[in-house]
Amino acid sequence: MSVIYILWLREVKKYLRSKAQIVASLGTPLMYLAVLGFGLGPVFRRAGEGSYLQFMAPGVIGMTVLFTAMFSGIAMLWDRQFGFLKETLVAPVPRVQIMIGRTLGGATVAVLQGTIIFAVTLVAGFRPASVLAVLVAFLVIALIAVVFSALATGSSLKEMQGFQMVMNFLVMPLWFLSGALYPLQGLPAVLAVLTRVDPLTYGIDGVRGTMIGASHFGVALDVGVLLCVGVLFVTAGAWRFSKIEV
Amino acid sequence: MIRVQHLVRTFGTVTAVNDVTFDVSKGETFAFLGPNGAGKTTTIKMLTTVLRPTSGTLELDGLNPVTESTEVRKRFGVVFQDPSLDSELTAWENIDIHGVLYHVPRPVRHERGENLLKLFELWDRRNDLVKTFSGGMRRRLEIARGLLHTPKVLFLDEPTQGLDPQSRNQMWTIVKNLNATEHVTVFLTTHYMDEADRVADRIAIIDHGKIVATGSSAELKQQTGADTLEAAFLKLTGTTIRDETFSAEDRMRQVSRVWRR
Repeated sequence: MSVIYILWLREVKKYLRSKAQIVASLGTPLMYLAVLGFGLGPVFRRAGEGSYLQFMAPGVIGMTVLFTAMFSGIAMLWDRQFGFLKETLVAPVPRVQIMIGRTLGGATVAVLQGTIIFAVTLVAGFRPASVLAVLVAFLVIALIAVVFSALATGSSLKEMQGFQMVMNFLVMPLWFLSGALYPLQGLPAVLAVLTRVDPLTYGIDGVRGTMIGASHFGVALDVGVLLCVGVLFVTAGAWRFSKIEV
Repeated sequence: MIRVQHLVRTFGTVTAVNDVTFDVSKGETFAFLGPNGAGKTTTIKMLTTVLRPTSGTLELDGLNPVTESTEVRKRFGVVFQDPSLDSELTAWENIDIHGVLYHVPRPVRHERGENLLKLFELWDRRNDLVKTFSGGMRRRLEIARGLLHTPKVLFLDEPTQGLDPQSRNQMWTIVKNLNATEHVTVFLTTHYMDEADRVADRIAIIDHGKIVATGSSAELKQQTGADTLEAAFLKLTGTTIRDETFSAEDRMRQVSRVWRR
């Protein structure tokens, strides 16, 4: 336990110290919130769907969590050759503890980032159903964070080019296919299938369901899918981690 | 303390380590010398459990690094060629995390950590972030960290690369003292022949994945009829320049230098 704790603490300490990075990483979600949130608002309303800001705020929170969790995992790329990862790989502790410590650390940072964005959406005019709804929603947000932190940590990438690959072929598709920006009903068949394969879809649907009471799949199914995917990613990641060679 | 027999490691069609056999006794300072790409780092990686051999046997303190990796990991400290400190944390935090990873009890961790940081002249800077440290200080901190759990063997892979003569001199003085007082076996690689000549009890020279000579510095000089270790080294390994390919690792190393991480 002490190993998992110290590795978790390391991630959180580093996050709290990097004030500039905290501010910088809020840029993209803020842009989506401001430009799309207010830009597409009138169209959304004319289509009879109500407030676009209400609809997309959970999506932007989900996006923040996805990006933060994936980035802290992708940092491993660098870590493996020039950083701290090697120090942990030669330590006499089971690799699975190292993987879990890092995953939980990355997930915690992602939830903290998500909390900041949540506060911003409140200022922008987002109104969740109740305080209780927000608390329950944060359990879903924590699940999203663990799922993607485990995915990034466990994928144990090797080369520098990996970063662009992961951004363009994993992070961006996960985000655009998640139904964060558009409703899931009435989509073209291909898109409908793709959105349903994306785990983030269930995460954002779960946040939407708990925060504003508008869910496509039902919160129970959302949480069920996230739990299954989470267990899968942590298990697969731990296995891959145990095989890492430097 | 270390026994390597018929060790082979291939990467695709390249044989990085080709039938290498050597022994290192307890308390010895053993230098592993060779041109770039000769197989030094690959051998260290296999001994330190982060790379599996293709064939051959390895033994560290009577244990097998492949099958008994956790036990083996408790017994060595290592300073890799590339840095492995967390530069966003302080010197003390790096030391402390190491202590937790190696299950060093808190009082021991604090006492030994303090002693080592004082020894390596880093105590006054213990609460500063590692990213504010010079190259020499980082190296010293890595060695101090590697010794925290009182290992039986200390691996140093080109620890003095890029350091000025003052830092190199200080580092080896401390390491040799620890070698004498704590009887830690030191396994080192370096490109500075004067260092190897000064600190190593025994030297093995490796080239193209094969050991070409073993012995004390005096024996190697005698064997080749050279008057310096450098001349002996060149006689044994030739004067051709190695390492003509630029790997992904080299590229990352170059980028890391730009970003000063």
